[in-house]
This record gives sequence, C-alpha cells and structure tokens, in this order.
Amino acid sequence: MKLLTAVIKPAQLDEVKEALRAFGVQGLTVTETGGYGRQRGHTEVYRGAAYTVDLVPKVRVEVLAPDEDAGQLVDVVVKAAHTGKIGDGKVWVVPVENAVRVRTGERGPDAL
Amino acid sequence: MNGADTAFVLVSAFFVMLMTPGLAFFYGGMVRVKSALNMLMMSFISLAVVSVLWVLFGYSLTFGPDTGGLIGNLDHAGLSGLSPDSLTEQGGIPLLAFVLFQMMFAVLAPALMSGALADRVTFGAWAVFLTLWATLVYFPVAHWVWAEGGWLRELEVIDFAGGTAVHINAGIGALAAVLVVGERIGFTKDPMRPHNLPLVVLGAALLWFGWFGFNAGSALAADGTAATMALNTQIATGAALAGWLAYERLRHGAFTTLGAASGAIAGLVAITPAGASVNAMGALVIGAVAGVVCSWAVGLKYKLGYDDSLDVVGVHLVGGLVGTLLVGFLAVDGVGGPAQFGKQALGAFSVLAFSFAVSWLLAKLVQATIGFRADPDDETAGVDQAFHAETAYDFTAVGGSTGRDPGGPPAPPGTAAAPETAPRPGRATKVDA
Repeated sequence: MKLLTAVIKPAQLDEVKEALRAFGVQGLTVTETGGYGRQRGHTEVYRGAAYTVDLVPKVRVEVLAPDEDAGQLVDVVVKAAHTGKIGDGKVWVVPVENAVRVRTGERGPDAL
Repeated sequence: MNGADTAFVLVSAFFVMLMTPGLAFFYGGMVRVKSALNMLMMSFISLAVVSVLWVLFGYSLTFGPDTGGLIGNLDHAGLSGLSPDSLTEQGGIPLLAFVLFQMMFAVLAPALMSGALADRVTFGAWAVFLTLWATLVYFPVAHWVWAEGGWLRELEVIDFAGGTAVHINAGIGALAAVLVVGERIGFTKDPMRPHNLPLVVLGAALLWFGWFGFNAGSALAADGTAATMALNTQIATGAALAGWLAYERLRHGAFTTLGAASGAIAGLVAITPAGASVNAMGALVIGAVAGVVCSWAVGLKYKLGYDDSLDVVGVHLVGGLVGTLLVGFLAVDGVGGPAQFGKQALGAFSVLAFSFAVSWLLAKLVQATIGFRADPDDETAGVDQAFHAETAYDFTAVGGSTGRDPGGPPAPPGTAAAPETAPRPGRATKVDA
C-alpha cells in the first residue's frame, strides 16, 4: 500500500476530489494547512504596513491506495491540481506498512 | 423646566452610554483573537469605574464652583446639593439629566485610550490608570472647556461636544501611556491583523449612532443647534469615510473594511468640536480633510516607532486636531478667522501639553508601583486567559482540555501557574493570525 499526500491550492480541492472519485478512490482525508515552496510567500500591504505572508494557505489531501494504483493516482491528482501558476503545490508518495478498518477489523489492502 | 429638552437630553445620555460598548466592539474586533475579551473589558470597566468616580467627586471637580479657572471644588461631592428639582442655569433641564449626560462622556473618554495599549497591560493596572487619568486629566480638562469659569471657555475656544476635552485629550494621553508601556512583542514583525472585522464594523456603527447623542445632545436642548449638529455629524462622517477609502485605495490598492470603519470614526471625531459652528459645506470640508489626514496619520507609528496599537493617536488625536483647528477658520457668523484660529490652537496645544505631561507621569507611576506591563509569557499566550480566565471563541469540536479537573479547585486566574493549569478551550486548534 502507498500513502499519497498532495498539498494543493485550496481552489483546486473540488477538482481533485472529483478526479479521485472518478478514478474510484473510496476515501480521503483533507486538512486545511499552510506553507511555502520555492515562491517563498508574498508581500501584502495592510493599514500602511508591508508584511511578508510566508505561510500561504493550502489544502492537504491524503489518500491510501493499493501499490498498483499509486503511480496512476499521482498523475490524476497532479492533472487536477495543475493551474500552471506559481504555488500549485506538491504531491508525494510513501510506503504504508499496514492499515486497519476500525469497524470490521479488516487489514491490509482489504481495509482500503 | 422644558419637557422636550429634558427628554432629548436624557435620550442623548442613553445614546452616549451605548458608545462605550460600541467602542469595546470596535477595538475588540481589531485585536488578535487571544486578547479580544481583554479589549472589550478595558472599555467596559470604564462604565463601572468612572460612573462611581463621577458621583463621588468627578461631577463636582468638573462642574462644581470654579477655582481659578482650572478645576471645580468639592461642593457637590457625592452629588450633594443636587435634588430632582435642581435645574441647569439656563433653566431648561433638570441638573440630574445633565449629570447623567456628562457622566457618559467621562466614561467614554478614558476608554478611548485602551486601544493604544491593546494586548499588553495588566487589567488591574489599567483600572488604576483609568481612575487616576479620569481624576487628574479628564475632570480638569473638561472643566477648562465646559464649566462656568473654565479658562478655555472664558477664552471662547470652540469645543462644542469635546474635540479638545475628549478626543485630543484621550489621544495624547494614549500616546504618553504607549511611550511608557512600550511596544507589543512582535510589533512591526508580525502582521497583527484584526481578528473580527464584522465586529469592528458593528462597533463603528454603534459609535456612529451614539455619536448623535454625544454631539446633538451637547446642545442640551431640542433646538436648531441640535439639528445643525446632528446634520453636520452625518455629513462629516460620510465625507471622512469616503476620504479615508479614497486615500487608502490610491496609496495601498484596496478599500479596506477597517479603513471604512476608521474613516467614519475620524469624521465623527473631527466634527465633534466644530459641528455647531459650521454650515453643511464646512462640515463636508472638515470630514473630508479628517478622513484623508487620519488615513495618512495612522502610518506614522511605523515611521516614528511607537506602538499605538489600534490607532488612537492617528484617529482621535489627529482627528480632534483637524476639527478643532479647522473650525477656527470655518466657523460661520463672522466668528471664523485668524483670531479664532489662534484661540483654537492655544486651546488644543494647552490640552496637548497638560494631558501629555500628566498622563506620562501617571503611567510612570503605575509602571513603577504595581507594574503596567503584562508578563511577557501572558502577553504571548494571550492576556484573555491570564487576566480573565476565558477565551473569546471556542470553536473546537475536540475540546480535549475542557474536562473537569478532578484534583482540587482551579488555580486563581492571573497567577503565574494559571496558563499551565487553567482549562484552555481550543488551545490545540488556536492559530493566531
């Protein structure tokens, strides 16, 4: 199993959700978060003072997937999250040792 | 006694009472979430403290028989000698209605300063400073300006509803206190943006509404002067709001909600001394100038390096000066001119000098005795929890820290141990913007 984590623009969440549903993903976890990448935030002027906003609002999407789906899933998420503008975010995949469905006790890929 | 005048002044007093809670919301929405309640309380406590002071000796020091043009005596301490049948000198309204009306001014004036000291002073020290400031700064200055025999009134300085006595006075007092207390931790580094702008707008709206009582009620009669003042209040406030937004859009690129709220207050402040002496066009000029100048002035704190947190100096001191000085030229009926301008400037700068000096000394006194400044840990964590044992909003669904403590009574609030042991709703999810 793999854990796919995508940190994306909040405005792209709906598209990513739709794309994942269309692919057949059964569940996902979404968290509001903030961060910066190479763009290093931006400067805002408010009430006469300039501030650097270095933690840009982002959404973090986490999906567990069977090994064989992981590669394709990355492409699906990247395509849906892509706007071509700075700050589109990042997607990464890590191996997962085990997973358990709490209600039934199913383990491994069956729990997904 | 005139029933219509009495009803008008009483209702005006009720309007002005609402300004202090309005101010609490105006300031409360502007601070960060961790000190929102403290900001509300800093205004609200004035309703308690100054109401009591006013009865004990405030009214007498302000409007009691004059001593040398500087202060009233204590003939009316405890409101002695005032009965329901006592009438004002002009005979129009019961003296007790005037006592109530002016009490609301005395409550509001010191509360205005609280915005400059946001997030970082202990609540007890603020209450003490409030008491001292009302007694040694506000009561004397209000006497100078409004009381029979007060030296600025004898000089015929125009200050109809308190541009000098209230706004310049509180604005410069706030600056003095800020210079003693120092800047917030993180000033100029952290954005410290308002946590609840709808609350700011609500507060501004309540202030605007209450201000009709403040300004028109100062006529102490339901007459043409009151009507002029009410109309000019609306004109100047609209012009100032527009002026502030225009300046802000040109300089910084956006019409901010905070700017709209602040612009309205700047206009209200500026028309306060002047509104009964100018015509509608004069009110328009005063409002527009105040909106633009105050919008510029709130940036000064960054250039000059004083942390007037919620722009009390930029709005109340500068707005008060704009109105007080401009009326010197714009007053109708042949009053306006260089001679009147000179009187206005003398009045404004006398109050500036006196209030700055005494406020600074009082702040130093508080600082040196009981300490003015909150503990840095309390300031960083938020003074709401430290001094009030509460947080303004509890949106957390998890609430893991709100269970009853099985081991004994809660620690008293404000002790060093409180931040660690007191229940802290929402701590895990609070993110300070």
